Amino acid sequence: MSTTTMAPLKDRSQLRQKQMIAAHFARLARTAESGEKSVYTFVPGNLTELVRNFDLLPVLPEINALQSSMRGKSKEYIALAEKLGHSEDVCSYVKCDIGMLKSGNVGPTGERLPAPDLLLLSYTGCFTFMKWFELLRQEYGAPTVMLHVPYQADGVITDAMRRYVVAQLEKKVIPALEKVSGKKFDLDKLREQLRLSAQAEDDLAWVLHSAKHRPSPIDAYFGGVYYIGPMFSAFRGTQDAVDYYRELRAEVQERLDAGLGPVTPAGTMEHEKFRVVVEGPPNWTSFNEFWRMFADEGAVVVASTYTKVGGFYDFGYRHDPEHPLESLADYCLGCYTNLDLGTRVAVLCRYLEEYDADGLLVHSVKSCNSFSAGQLVMLAEVEKRTGRPVGFLESDLVDPRYFSAANLKNRLESYFQMVAQKRAGARR
Amino acid sequence: MSTLAARALIERCEELYHDLRLDSVRHWKERTGGLAIGYLPIWAPRELVHAQGALAVGVMGGGDDVEIIKGDACYQSYICHLPRSTIELALDGSYDVLDGMLFPAICDVIRNLSGIWKLEFPGKLARYLDVPQDFDPAVGGEFLRLELEDLSRELEQRGAQPYEPAALRSSLALYNENRTRISALYELRRDEPWKVPTWELYLLLRAGLVLPVDEHSALLDQYRQAVERDTERRPLDQARVLLTGSFCEQPPLGLIKTLERAGCYIVDDDFVQVGRWFTRDVELDGDPLANLVDAFLLHSMGSPTRYDERGSKGTELVRRVAESRAEGVLFCAPSFCDPALLDQPMTVRSIEAAGIPYSSFKYAENTGQFQVIREQAGTFADSIKLFSGASA
Repeated sequence: MSTTTMAPLKDRSQLRQKQMIAAHFARLARTAESGEKSVYTFVPGNLTELVRNFDLLPVLPEINALQSSMRGKSKEYIALAEKLGHSEDVCSYVKCDIGMLKSGNVGPTGERLPAPDLLLLSYTGCFTFMKWFELLRQEYGAPTVMLHVPYQADGVITDAMRRYVVAQLEKKVIPALEKVSGKKFDLDKLREQLRLSAQAEDDLAWVLHSAKHRPSPIDAYFGGVYYIGPMFSAFRGTQDAVDYYRELRAEVQERLDAGLGPVTPAGTMEHEKFRVVVEGPPNWTSFNEFWRMFADEGAVVVASTYTKVGGFYDFGYRHDPEHPLESLADYCLGCYTNLDLGTRVAVLCRYLEEYDADGLLVHSVKSCNSFSAGQLVMLAEVEKRTGRPVGFLESDLVDPRYFSAANLKNRLESYFQMVAQKRAGARR
Repeated sequence: MSTLAARALIERCEELYHDLRLDSVRHWKERTGGLAIGYLPIWAPRELVHAQGALAVGVMGGGDDVEIIKGDACYQSYICHLPRSTIELALDGSYDVLDGMLFPAICDVIRNLSGIWKLEFPGKLARYLDVPQDFDPAVGGEFLRLELEDLSRELEQRGAQPYEPAALRSSLALYNENRTRISALYELRRDEPWKVPTWELYLLLRAGLVLPVDEHSALLDQYRQAVERDTERRPLDQARVLLTGSFCEQPPLGLIKTLERAGCYIVDDDFVQVGRWFTRDVELDGDPLANLVDAFLLHSMGSPTRYDERGSKGTELVRRVAESRAEGVLFCAPSFCDPALLDQPMTVRSIEAAGIPYSSFKYAENTGQFQVIREQAGTFADSIKLFSGASA
C-alpha cells in the first residue's frame, strides 16, 4: 500500500470548482425566470468565450453524461435510450444524454436543465458529435449551427484550414449567436475574455508540467480531470477561471514544497513507485475504483492525453487577444482528438521522455472510435520507438456493463509486475 | 442467348469482385503505365484522378473472402470489420499495386485508418480527404477546392499528369455518362425488378470500382441490352423493399442473394454510392474544378455522413420509398457503424410517421450464416404481402 489510510480529502481548489459548477447549474435552472438563454455545445473545440460574449450560458452534454455516470444514473439512462431504438453499438455518452433528456433532463446538481436555445455543433475531432446534435435537434427542435473543424491529418494547421474555420465563425456562428441572444458581437470584450483565458491557461500548463517533479505532486489523469474542469467547460475566459487556476497553482506549489504526492481516493500517496503515461479517456462509472487500482500499486499518472481533448496547453498554445478569431480557430484545430495518429504517437513518446515515465498504458473505451480506432497500432509504435513497457486496458465511458473490475485489476497488476521486472533487470 | 450473355457479364463482374489482389488493376498499369489510386467509401473525386491519367480504384474491404489475422491485431472487438480486412490486405501485399490511397472523411474509423496507413506505409501516398460539412460555396466550397487542388499537386508529385481543365472537363463528361447508365439500371430495376436482380446490379457496381470508367460504361450497356432481350426473366410474387444503411462496409454477396430468395425485391439501396453520388450531371461549361466542387456541395446524395443542414432527417428516405414504390424498408447496417446506427433512430421516426413498415438487422462483411436474416426478411416480406397492398 503506497498511500496513507486517511479518508480522501478534497483540495481547496476542488471545493471552489464545485461551487462554481453549482452556481452555473443553478443559473441554468433559473433561465425560465431570468430570461437567460442556453447554448449546448461540445468540449473539444468549445467556443466558451464567444458564447459568453453574448451573455449566453454554455451547456456541455458530454459533461452531463459523465456526471450522470458518476452519480450512478447512466445505466438506467442508457437502457432507456436502447429501449427507444438506439443501438448497443454506439457511443454511450449519446445514449446517456438521450436517456437523461427522456427522464426529465435533470442535471448533475439535481435541477432541471433548460432546453437549448441554440445547438452549437462544434464538430471537432469526433464524428459522433454531428449525429448527437442531429438527434438533439430532432428532440428539441432547436436552431442548430455547425462549425466544421478540419482534421489535422498531417499534424499541421494549414492556412486553408484556419481560413475555413474563421469564415464559418464570421458568417455562420457569430450571426447565429447574435440572433439567439439579440446582442451584437463585441470584439473588444472577446479580446478581454481571451486575455483571461490565456492567463488561466498559463497556470493550467504550469500545473500539468509540475508532474515532471519526483514525486509528482499531481495525478495528471484522474486528478487531471478535475484540473481541466473549469477550462474545458463553462468558465474559460472568466475571472472565476483565472482565480481557480491561481489557487490551484498555489496549492500544487505547496505540495511541491512539502514533497507530497497527489491526493488519491485512498489518501495522499506517500511512495511513488511507478510513473505512467495514459492514453484515452477514463471510465466514469467506477472512476474512484479505477483510480484506486493505480493508487494501490503506487502508480501516478504523470501525463495523459485525455486532459488535452479540450485544448492542448502544455505544448504552448494560448488564446491570443491580438488575433481573436484566428486564435479560436487554432484552438479548435489543435484539440487532441483532432490530431492524426502519427502526431498522437509523437505526443506520447514526448510525454514518456519529458516526464521520465516508466511506460504507457492505453485505456481504450468502447464508446469512442475517435480515440480508440488505431490505439493498438499506436501502442506498438510507441513501444518500438521508446522501448518502454506498454499495456492495454478496456472498458467504457459511461456504460457500466463494460467495466470489469477484476479484469482491469488483473491487467494492471501484471503490467506493473512487468515494469518492476524490467527495472530490476536494468539494475542487474 | 441473352440469358447467357447476361450471365457471362455477371461472371466477369464476380471475378472482379473476388479479385482481392487487384490483378485487373495490375494489368491496367502494365498496359498504360498510369498510377492507381485507391479510395475508401463513400465518395472520392474520381473525375480528378482520371483527368490526371490515373485509375481510381474503389476499396471496400475483403468481404467474406479474407481470413483476418493482422487486421484483428490492429482493432478492438468493438470496431467495424471493413478496416480490419482492408489493413489485412494491405499488409499482405495485395494493395502493393496501389500508388496511393484516399481516405474520405466519413467517420472516425476511416479517418484513423489513414493514420495507420501512414505509420505502416510511410513511402506511399496516404491522404485523408477532408470534405466540408459547410455547404456554402463561399465557405465550404473554397475549402474543398483547396483540398482538391492540393490533392492534384500531390498526384502530380507522385507521377500523375499535371492538372488540365480540359482533361477534367472530359473526365466529368465520361463520369456523367457512367452515372446516367447506372441510374437507368436503377430505374429499370425499380420498374421491373425481376429483370435486374439486385445481386447482379451490385456486382456491376462493384466492377465499376476497378474498371476504367469507359470500360465500365460499355459493360453496363451490354448488360442492359442482354437483360432487356431476356425473356426468361419473369415477375415473381415478391415484396418491394428499400434497403438502407449499407453504404460503407458492404454485406457479403450471399446476404444480398438471401434477401432476394427470402421474397424481397430490393428496389432501392445504398450500395456502392460512389457511382451515383451526384444526383445530376456535373456541369461541363465553365471552370470544371468549380463545377466538381459545386456538385459535391449542392447536388450530392443525402447520407448519414453528411450534416443534415436543413434538419429534415428522414424525409429523403420517405421520398425514396415513394419514388421506388417500396412497400417496406430494411435497415441493414454493419455492426458498429457509427454513421448508420446513430442515424437510424432519426430515420426510423420518419418512416414510422409515414406508416411505412420496416425491419432491421446488422451484419459484418464476413457474416457467414444467413438463416436468421433469411427468416426475418421472409417474415417481413410475407407480412407486407399479407397486410399491405398488392406487390409488383
